[in-house]
Parts: sequence; structure tokens; C-alpha cells
Amino acid sequence: MPDLLLQKGDLQLLFDRLSGDGFRLVGPTVSQEAIVYDEIASVGDLPRGWTDVQAPGSYRLEPRSDEAFFGYVVGPHSWKKYLFPPLATLLTADRTDSGWAMHAPPEPTEKYAFIGVRACELAAIKVQDRVFLEGAYVDPIYKARRDRCFIVAVNCTQAAATCFCTSMNTGPRCQAGFDLALTELSAAFIVEAGSDSGRQVCGQLPLREATPAERAAAEAARAQAVAGISKRLETEGIRDLLLTNLEHPRWADVAARCLSCANCTMVCPTCFCSSVGEVTDLKGDHVERQRQWDSCFNVDFSRMNGGVVRNDVRSRYRQWLTHKLASWIDQFGQSGCVGCGRCITWCPVAIDLTEEVAALREPGP
Amino acid sequence: MSTKPKLAVFKFASCDGCQLTLLDAEDELLDIAGALDIACFLEASSRVVPGPYDVALVEGSITTPHDAERIREVRRQSKYLVAIGACATAGGIQALRNWADSQEFLAAVYARPDYIETLATSTALADHVTVDFELRGCPINRGQLVEVIAALVAGRRPRTPNHGVCLDCKRRGTVCISVARGVPCLGPVTQSGCGAICPAYDRGCYGCHGPAPQANVASLAEHWVRSGAGPAQLVPLLRNFNGFTPEFRRVSDELAARLAATE
Repeated sequence: MPDLLLQKGDLQLLFDRLSGDGFRLVGPTVSQEAIVYDEIASVGDLPRGWTDVQAPGSYRLEPRSDEAFFGYVVGPHSWKKYLFPPLATLLTADRTDSGWAMHAPPEPTEKYAFIGVRACELAAIKVQDRVFLEGAYVDPIYKARRDRCFIVAVNCTQAAATCFCTSMNTGPRCQAGFDLALTELSAAFIVEAGSDSGRQVCGQLPLREATPAERAAAEAARAQAVAGISKRLETEGIRDLLLTNLEHPRWADVAARCLSCANCTMVCPTCFCSSVGEVTDLKGDHVERQRQWDSCFNVDFSRMNGGVVRNDVRSRYRQWLTHKLASWIDQFGQSGCVGCGRCITWCPVAIDLTEEVAALREPGP
Repeated sequence: MSTKPKLAVFKFASCDGCQLTLLDAEDELLDIAGALDIACFLEASSRVVPGPYDVALVEGSITTPHDAERIREVRRQSKYLVAIGACATAGGIQALRNWADSQEFLAAVYARPDYIETLATSTALADHVTVDFELRGCPINRGQLVEVIAALVAGRRPRTPNHGVCLDCKRRGTVCISVARGVPCLGPVTQSGCGAICPAYDRGCYGCHGPAPQANVASLAEHWVRSGAGPAQLVPLLRNFNGFTPEFRRVSDELAARLAATE
């Protein structure tokens, strides 16, 4: 299928088509002085004319000089909040005269269309697919949401100072894993279909074939993102580097700065840890088994019979970084990092994992 | 004679807000009254059944010689002593006196300071007696209080997570106001329990549930100083309801010393 052209004025028709097919639209919108992901009703909810300026430990929402709909990079939220909800009820149980009555939670009925998924985020969804769908145990909560979602990807045309997708080979070009992918030009979008459902939606929109000049303009716009990436994570031999330097003095150095606050793991689009607990009413007659996002940075996360396994910040930071960049490869056959830079931006004390890895490459003093 | 566990509620130097949380648990109050014999709760009833008690919920800090004696008696009368609220677990806002001369305060406030018998410090219950469980917060969270009571009744450990506030912000989708707006926020070093209310209403966490375990307060303070916040702003932020906890105190003392050196 050739690249197609959608006039910007017709973007709402795409939204209407997806809503008409029963999808709830979730996409970027301005809220709390950031570009977050939330339910959107129309193109009017998109962050048109806004951008983000990011640095380690800093994010600022700023106006753009143009009217771009997708003229920003990635924000504090990721799509995992829809596929792997922060709080999920796994079962409920009620005490009856004949014992406990267990109830499975209702299947979700909503299906989501994700609007504006970036290449690094497509890669992150793929990483979580591997974790939740492709192992010995399939997570039914993730699967029910994932199977039903429609993905409208957007190619980045700019980069933040915290982006390093080129180091992780995840972007900035959307290669696969989408139903539709858009590249934003000044007056139109270049549209690629990546699935049968994507092609079907295209058939119902007023599209025309893109001219060579328009395709070249899209190529140039995407090239800006590549040119804008300044951060680099050297991945050569990274697994062995980390796993053979477990006593490197840099771990103590970063532990002195790290707050162990879990922000990096919460904003990470691939981190998948959770904890399960039972919540009862006062009489103990009604019980809900709840799963919540949790983090290897929490002291109690490694508590077992007898005590806490990783009982200082050094061992917890080391656990996170070595899992993300090294043992994840052993476990899942790929890196757990997609280079989106969220952990760098949203660290309250500006710790940058690319700098930590670079320091681990230097012999200790 | 009732076989239900006997509950008593005691108050020391405090605002009553934490024991009020028990009355405020309207939906659960009847169940609580059904599960426990509320033997002593002066804010709710003048009926007082003498001890010993199975469970004592104790609010407030120790600020007078009389209180220091009374908490020992409460301990003697109580099988399971739960300190509720920042006053009882950390000395409360009145622990600001610990950095000042309490005699000076007495002279400024009272016409006859010689009538007042007070300690030089406001301290947590655990500085005086063995405390079986500490429920943090200024005030305590209603849901957590009900959970502690439910756990005591059921004979299990209360489910009161000790992770930081940031996790709650992220779970509820609140954008980090520290990173996105440059607002000094104690969330990364403060224990969960409130549900991360303040950042959801556009203000920084002021640490009302006290330091999270292994809180790296020094690193957070250093980051703010590098970002342009001065010790004059940071010292009052740390010296709040939980200011006298060792974790917050150590850093506020260092910042205050730095401030004094520049003056």
C-alpha cells in the first residue's frame, strides 16, 4: 500500500471513524502542565501548539511557534497504564454459609484506540507483550486490553535532550506494531497502514496518494528527529559489562544520589512489577485480591520470610539497572530499555542511566 | 461480660484530629463498635471502663512531666499500644520547641509562667514507652485506621505500605510537580498513607506521614539547593509535623547551620 495523505482538517474524520467502531480514544492532551495521555473526544483535545522541553530531572510545557498537533516527544504517562492498569482486582470472595464464594472480575468491555504512539512506545508495548503474553503464563488482564486495542502511531519529528532511541534501535521511525502511522507535515499527515484493520480504516477516509514531494517532506521531517538526538547509551557488551561489575564503586556513588523513590520504574513503559494483596472489610466477610503497580525500589518489595533481600539503595539501584539492561536479555531475549528517556526526565534528582553506564565502563578508582 | 477486645483511646499533646478520624469513619463505625468494646473514648462518650485494655490508640506527644508519667500508666494498662498520628510518632508540630527555648515561649505566652510545668521537648511516645505499632500521618488516614483495627480484630498484620508518596502519585496519574514545575516536594522521601493528595492539588508534599524507610533526604535537599532553592525555604519545609524525626532533623540541622554560616 502506498503512502497516503490525510489533510489536517480531516483528522477528526479518523477519530469519528474509530469512535464509530466502538473505540474509546485515548491520546495526548494538556493537563497538569504536561502532555499526558487521557481520554480525548476530538482533535480539539490534542496538544496543538504545545511542546515539551526536557532535561534530566526537568520537564516544561511550552508553547510552539506553529500549530503542530504532535509537536512534542513523550511525557510522564505511557500506554502501560491502559494495558497494565495501576490497580486491578484479580478476584473477589464472599463468605457464605457453605464456605467462600469466589468471583472472577468482569471482562473489560471497553476497547481503546491509542492516538499518537511513538516508535519507542511501540517497542515498549512489544517488550511488555513478551512479558505478559509470550511466556508460560499469559496475563488475562493485559491480554484482554491488548487484543482489542487499535494503535495510531506518530513518527517523531523532533527529539528531547533525554531521548536515546537510536542507541536502542527502537526509533525514531515507526517500523511495525501499529495499525496506522502518521507523519505530521505543516498542512497534512502522511499515513501508512500497518495492519488489515488499519487498511480498512484508510478505505473509509478521504485519502489520496502522497506525491513524491510530500513523501520527501515526510522523510525530511522524520530526519529532524534523528538529527535532534544527542544522548547515547553505548550498548556494546552491555550485558557482560553490568553483570561482571557488581562491586564497581559507581554503585555506591549513585546510591548516595538515588532517592529510591520508584519514579523511574513508574514512568518506565516496560517496568512490569506489581504486588498482590488482599483487602477485606472490617468483618472479614468480603475480600478483594488487588494487584497494584509496585517497584524494586521499595524496601518491602524484596521482603521475604526472614527479612528484606535488597536492604539498601545501592543494591536496589543495581538490581534495577542490571535487570533493565542486562539480565532482561537473559530472561526475555531483548533489552528492557527502549531509550524513551522518561527515567532520566522524571528522576527528581536528575540521575541519568546513560551516565551511570558510562561511568561503569571506567575502571573504579 | 463481653468477650470483645477492649479498645481505649487516649490523648496527649495534640489537636484531637486523629481520634476524630475514628468518629469520622462513619460507614464503618457501627461495625467497629460491633467488633470491639469501646471502653474508653472521651471524645465520643463519658463512659469510662477501667483498664486493662486489649488495644490502646494513643494520640499526641509527650510535653509535660505529668504526660511522661501518664503514658507509662497507659502502657501498663494496654496489651497492644498503637501510636496514632505525627504527634504520637514524631513529636508533632509542637516539636518545633525542641529547637528553641521553651522557657522563653512560656514567658511570652503566659501571664504566670510559673504556673506551667512543661518539658523542654515534645517527643514521640516511642521515646518513652514500647510502642507496638505506629500509624503515621497528620492527620492519620481513615482507611488506614480502619485497616489497623480490622487487622487487630482478625489477628493479622496491618496492611499499611511504607513506600514513598511518589508511587501513589504515579498510580493515580498525577504529573510530578517537582519535575514539571520545579516545586520542592517531600514526596520522594515521605511515607505513603495519604493517597498523595497534595500534589494532585498542585502543591508539594509537606511530609505529613513522615520519612519513608531509608529516605535519602540529604540527596533531595542537595538537588533543591543546586536548583536554586535556598536553605531559608527548605528548613521550614523539613521542620514541619514530622520535623523532629531523625531523617528530617539531620538534614534541616545541616541546612540551618549552612544558613547561619552565611548570615
